[in-house]
Amino acid sequence: MTSMGMTTPLAGYLLVAALLFAIGLAGALVRRNAILVLIGIELMLNAANLNLIAFWRFGPHPEALTGMMFALFSIAVAAAEAAVGLGLVIAIHRQTNTTELDKIDRMKG
Amino acid sequence: MATSPFFTDLDQIFIILRDWLVGFLPASWRPAACVVLEVIIIICVFPGLFALTTVFERKGLGRMQNRLGPNRVGPYGLFQPIADGIKALIKEDIVPFSANAVVHFLAPLSLVVAVFMEFAVLPMGRNMVLVDLDAGLLFFFSMSVSTELSVFMAGWSSRNKYSLLGAMRAVAQMISYEVVLLLSSVSVVMIAGSLSLSTIVAAQSSYSGIFPHWYIFTPWGLAGFVMYAIAATAETNRSPFDLPEGESELVAGYHTEYSGFKFALFFLGEYLAMFSISGLGTTLFLGGWSAPLSFLTFIPSWIWFFSKVMLSIFVFIWMRGTLPRLRQDQLMNFAWKFCLPYTLLNLIVTAFWHFMGEGWMRWVVCTAILAAIYVFMGRVEMRSEHFGPRRYRYAE
Amino acid sequence: MNVVFYLLAAITLAGGLAAVLLKHLVHCALATTVAFAGLALLFLQLDAQFAGFAQILVYIGAVAILIVFTILLTRGSELPKGGVFSRTWFVGLVIAAGVFAVLAWAVLESVRGIPQQTAVPAVTVHDIGNALVGRYVLPLEIVGLLLTAATIGAVIVAMHEKERRQ
Repeated sequence: MTSMGMTTPLAGYLLVAALLFAIGLAGALVRRNAILVLIGIELMLNAANLNLIAFWRFGPHPEALTGMMFALFSIAVAAAEAAVGLGLVIAIHRQTNTTELDKIDRMKG
Repeated sequence: MATSPFFTDLDQIFIILRDWLVGFLPASWRPAACVVLEVIIIICVFPGLFALTTVFERKGLGRMQNRLGPNRVGPYGLFQPIADGIKALIKEDIVPFSANAVVHFLAPLSLVVAVFMEFAVLPMGRNMVLVDLDAGLLFFFSMSVSTELSVFMAGWSSRNKYSLLGAMRAVAQMISYEVVLLLSSVSVVMIAGSLSLSTIVAAQSSYSGIFPHWYIFTPWGLAGFVMYAIAATAETNRSPFDLPEGESELVAGYHTEYSGFKFALFFLGEYLAMFSISGLGTTLFLGGWSAPLSFLTFIPSWIWFFSKVMLSIFVFIWMRGTLPRLRQDQLMNFAWKFCLPYTLLNLIVTAFWHFMGEGWMRWVVCTAILAAIYVFMGRVEMRSEHFGPRRYRYAE
Repeated sequence: MNVVFYLLAAITLAGGLAAVLLKHLVHCALATTVAFAGLALLFLQLDAQFAGFAQILVYIGAVAILIVFTILLTRGSELPKGGVFSRTWFVGLVIAAGVFAVLAWAVLESVRGIPQQTAVPAVTVHDIGNALVGRYVLPLEIVGLLLTAATIGAVIVAMHEKERRQ
């Protein structure tokens, strides 16, 4: 099953996950708005989940369910973290009336 | 329970028809052709039922309000849906100038697609499930939450205050009652031991004497069904939870700026969501396709399923004609302060039911606990009501 | 490595790219939802049914709606004056490209040790349930505690402070 230089299906999934991770990282580092940083973080977490499920599927012991359990707990934790993060963004907006990270620099220096 | 071959064939008539039709094709095409045929049947049957339901609703509401419903088009007004359909199709499709065209277009599409997917896991008769998924209930709820985002897309893309307000209210209401819906289904999953809907129906198809083992006839099942029904009414934005689309409040809520076929798609989506959520309630609590009394099993299973679904739709229409609308903060309070704790306690009572074993004792204990919780929570809620001169709170 | 995989990968990556490149925040949130949906379909293609449906239920049904509500509550519909990318965007891009280069090199170098195609694991929800209350009961309880703490924390952090208004 050779196509475009990738020799296994697993490598294809891992490359997609790596690319999605890099896109999420770029989004978190490049954009100004706090909410987009959180979106970037969610994309990174999703890429890691894809990695976990791909390794579970193509790994030696899929019946042990380790990869899938890890991914399920990661989904739960990511949802909790998104909730708290977005609550923080709302609270910051209420104080400083902005969500741009460049402007929230009162503790600088 | 041996029925004559005629009734068994009648029960499986759609399966027999499907196999006969698909038999004309070469063997390698048959599985795909089976699925395509079943999908086409679902796409034809449920919108047909939707058309019938619109006229029944208008006539039913009319009778409840002491007036006739539509009675001009066809005998007793039964061809009204055809007139409505032609009107919706030939109306001009107006998109507001400052609206976000792509999102405005995609919102009704994604709503209808998500709602149609929900029908894929409902067992509509013996052996009549489109896809017998192992995690069927989870799939159903996944499709159900996808509709919430479509509602938001519709409201936001219209660039209209009323649409946005309606969409926000609708989404807030839907996510609150989604939790109640899920938790009331979890008690059924606990007892049936599976997320697969056909297994849940099979667990309810036995009889003790002439009475069926439907989950609604158990104390936790009745409480769960009532909670499920309330949550289902709120999920589909029906009265008395229809503040997001109340005409006197919000023009038409999130579908204000939609006209013609797109509005018809929203209407279709809402009614199909009602059908699928009634179908799921029937499967979980009312025994799916099984007959109510053991000597009635000769009547085909799909007739029972659709009768129960139409009965639930009738109850929806009845509630719309009878109950006044709830205000947004009242319905949110109701969800989080009453429905959710009651459903969680219902889960505990279900566990008691399971572990107490057979006998009259578990009936008494479970019923007593559920009634006591209901009375107690009702009194706690009522105590905080202020019955006095009205106090106004203004938006900041 | 079939057409479906390429299609789903393209949808997911397009959604991710759109999420970080578009100007309007609500468009970014909707593009993120497309990325989540693409990922859920990739999970389904990897025979992880439960994870795929849980991904749709949690991410599209909860996280996406959270993001959208936050955008609306923080007036994100107005575009900022100085552009949407920060002043140091080039450094961020270089870092992300570097991370991707390292990961891709690691994946392509270690491809040899991985088996070509394994049999489809027959995982039922029953097995997942047994695992959750058997081997993984401690993480389950901790996640329950974590979610409770997160719920209470998020409500307190984002709540209106009532004392100052009267």
